[in-house]
Amino acid sequence: MDYQAVLIGCSAGGVNALQIIFQSFLEDFPIPIIVVSHQNIHGKSFLADVLNYSSTLDVCECEEKTVPMANHIYTAPANYHLLIENNGSFSLNIDPKVSFCRPSIDVTFETAAEYYGQALLAVILTGANSDGSNGVRAVKAFGGTVIAQEPLTAEVATMPESAIQTGCVDYIYPLNDIAGKILELINKV
Amino acid sequence: MSEIENNISLENIEIELFLQTLKLCYGYDYNNYNFASFKRRMRALKNKVGVSSISEMIPILIHDKQFLETVIDGLSVTMTDMFRDPDVFLNLRNNIFPVLKSYPRIKLWVAGCATGEEVYSLAILLHEEKLLSRSMIYATDVNKKNLEIAESGIFSLDKVPDYTRNYQAAGGKASFSDYYHARYSNAIIPEYLRERVVFNHHNLAVDTCFGEMHLVMCRNVLIYFNTELQNKALNLFYDSLVRGGFLCLGTKESLRAFTQTDKFSTLSNYSRIYQKLSPDVIPLKEFD
Repeated sequence: MDYQAVLIGCSAGGVNALQIIFQSFLEDFPIPIIVVSHQNIHGKSFLADVLNYSSTLDVCECEEKTVPMANHIYTAPANYHLLIENNGSFSLNIDPKVSFCRPSIDVTFETAAEYYGQALLAVILTGANSDGSNGVRAVKAFGGTVIAQEPLTAEVATMPESAIQTGCVDYIYPLNDIAGKILELINKV
Repeated sequence: MSEIENNISLENIEIELFLQTLKLCYGYDYNNYNFASFKRRMRALKNKVGVSSISEMIPILIHDKQFLETVIDGLSVTMTDMFRDPDVFLNLRNNIFPVLKSYPRIKLWVAGCATGEEVYSLAILLHEEKLLSRSMIYATDVNKKNLEIAESGIFSLDKVPDYTRNYQAAGGKASFSDYYHARYSNAIIPEYLRERVVFNHHNLAVDTCFGEMHLVMCRNVLIYFNTELQNKALNLFYDSLVRGGFLCLGTKESLRAFTQTDKFSTLSNYSRIYQKLSPDVIPLKEFD
């Protein structure tokens, strides 16, 4: 399968997990990576800055109307939902929270599933609620592939456990092996 | 094509037909809204109405005028918080209001005011900077139900802890509790803050400009529009501003869709505050 995007959802404990995964990716990573992480903040967000330190890929916050590019990592801004439009561009909104979250992993996963179909590689990492589970169902329904972090290796197991319970997860891997699996699936090994 | 892909393309056709109906029957034009957000709202509306497909709502929309309000309300459910992004309000207070002080009468337009949170945040700031008595805030929205809620000045007491924290971060000079009266589970904004606000129905997609404003605030509305409608709205804001007037957009919005160049100077990249340029105006220095 030729994947066109990697989509990662995480919450509590997510920053550490993301840093571990991104350490393994080199500048020539062939497709965009989109990250939806819950951030409990009310002003400026430093998530992209923090991740930039531990990644050779360029990390930046999603800007609405832009189309994600290869060898870039994009983070969803705090307090906005991130959606993928039917032309592949990012779009943001401030619609009500979904399962108490904005950004909601479900919202991004569901819209990305519709746009990318089989070409989507979705990953659910550590987190303290079940956001992302509906998204995982959508990714599977549209023929995409789903990886979940092995809950025992998650700082908080709720989110990957809940995703696995949907029966829509293709691969379950410990944190340290997830980067390798992603690279394998996108044929970079 | 898989079954699910087929269903999605049928749903897209239903949405297109619904949009046509809305436009032909009532003149509401949602064609230039971003599709992904719009589709989610259409699905939510479908569930709320309790029908099994979007197309089932089309005959109701044609024959039942009362239904229009439900539709508009469902399609523009935008809500925000008082002093959302407190740094923006701090910037307005510290960097923009000192300029507004030089005008004998100050006109401000909050475009797309939703349920009024930004309107009253602005009114509180103006009050604290002793500008409210010579200010008039024009607050507009496309959703009449939103306007009614906004005009009532009532919000839920549950919101008070969040609003209080935001207010303090926005450089609040008093206690946030000075700005509402609590009754049962609600809080109401006092009359002296509400009397300087005029609420009006206005649709950025079709209506024109209505006055010479010193500050236009339109936050988190353009993100719902496509590039064409963003450009149209930005032109409207430009035309509605006095020379040297200020435009404040949402922190994730920009002038990128604006096809005219060199018409605004960027004052704050984070707060997305811009100043309308003109040969006789020296723009303010950029701030954070």
